[in-house]
Amino acid sequence: MLFYGEELRSRLMLGTAQYDSPSILADAVREGNPGLVTVSLRREAAGAMAGQAFWELIKAFGIPVLPNTAGCHTVKEAVTTAHMAREVFDTDWVKLEVIGQGDLLQPDVFALVEAARILTEDGFKVFPYTTEDLVVAERLLRAGCEVLMPWGAPIGSGRGLNNLFGLRAMRGHFPGIPMVVDAGIGRPSHAVAAFELGFDAILINTAVAKAGDPVTMARAFRLACEIGLDAFAADPMPERDMAVPSTPTLGKAMLDA
Amino acid sequence: MQIQVNDEMHDVHSEILADILDELGYGAARIATAVDGTFVPASRRAAFRLPPHARLEIVAPMQGG
Repeated sequence: MLFYGEELRSRLMLGTAQYDSPSILADAVREGNPGLVTVSLRREAAGAMAGQAFWELIKAFGIPVLPNTAGCHTVKEAVTTAHMAREVFDTDWVKLEVIGQGDLLQPDVFALVEAARILTEDGFKVFPYTTEDLVVAERLLRAGCEVLMPWGAPIGSGRGLNNLFGLRAMRGHFPGIPMVVDAGIGRPSHAVAAFELGFDAILINTAVAKAGDPVTMARAFRLACEIGLDAFAADPMPERDMAVPSTPTLGKAMLDA
Repeated sequence: MQIQVNDEMHDVHSEILADILDELGYGAARIATAVDGTFVPASRRAAFRLPPHARLEIVAPMQGG
């Protein structure tokens, strides 16, 4: 599966925020083996220059970065942030977030589509953080997006795949479009479920960073991605309503005399 | 003149963005800038003149999800 023409080394996309220390982040990246890491932009104070040290750490990972527009609430904010990110991170990839509702950090899908259109026309390769709404997804594709990133559940909630039916419908409706479950995944089992639905990647952050042992959790997610991908490729058996014996009944001794 | 840098007031001598960044101590740091909400690419900093009381945003790489 290619994301804007790029094959990632793994289907785990890992956020870099909320780790207790840079060394824990580095260890989590080593154990999780993500295909890319997500990054952001924040104000830089001339005295501290914290961003410069962070950039050196990220560069050392040697994997692609996906800058986000986290915290943006308008088209203008998101587009301006994307331009700044393209210059700072030297990539035209952008994880486009336009937040419309504070309690659930739900995307403003109307602004999202408009921002996606502006950015793709300007040469960006947009990874839109969206809902599982098929109409919005269609509009995003028409706006030039070649990847869709529906949420599993609200950002940071760890609730997993809230709307299995909706995500399954989305996957089925857009075969061949690279699709990433972004946000809401809290456990490796949620990741496996996403891949079993046919999703191509997962994007997680809090699930690893806020685990009791982030490094081990990163490894667990790496394995979950591999398991889920294998399980989907192996074509799981259909569910049945009634039991079917797995042990052959033919030749069973008659002992109930 | 006075400008606002990341929400704090600063007195700067120059009006040119590149010179202001040097004056504030950013030197060759990996940063991006916006003036009054509009992105100013690095390639335009040497010629970009700030008006008095401009709002200058200076951002750099940071952790993100």
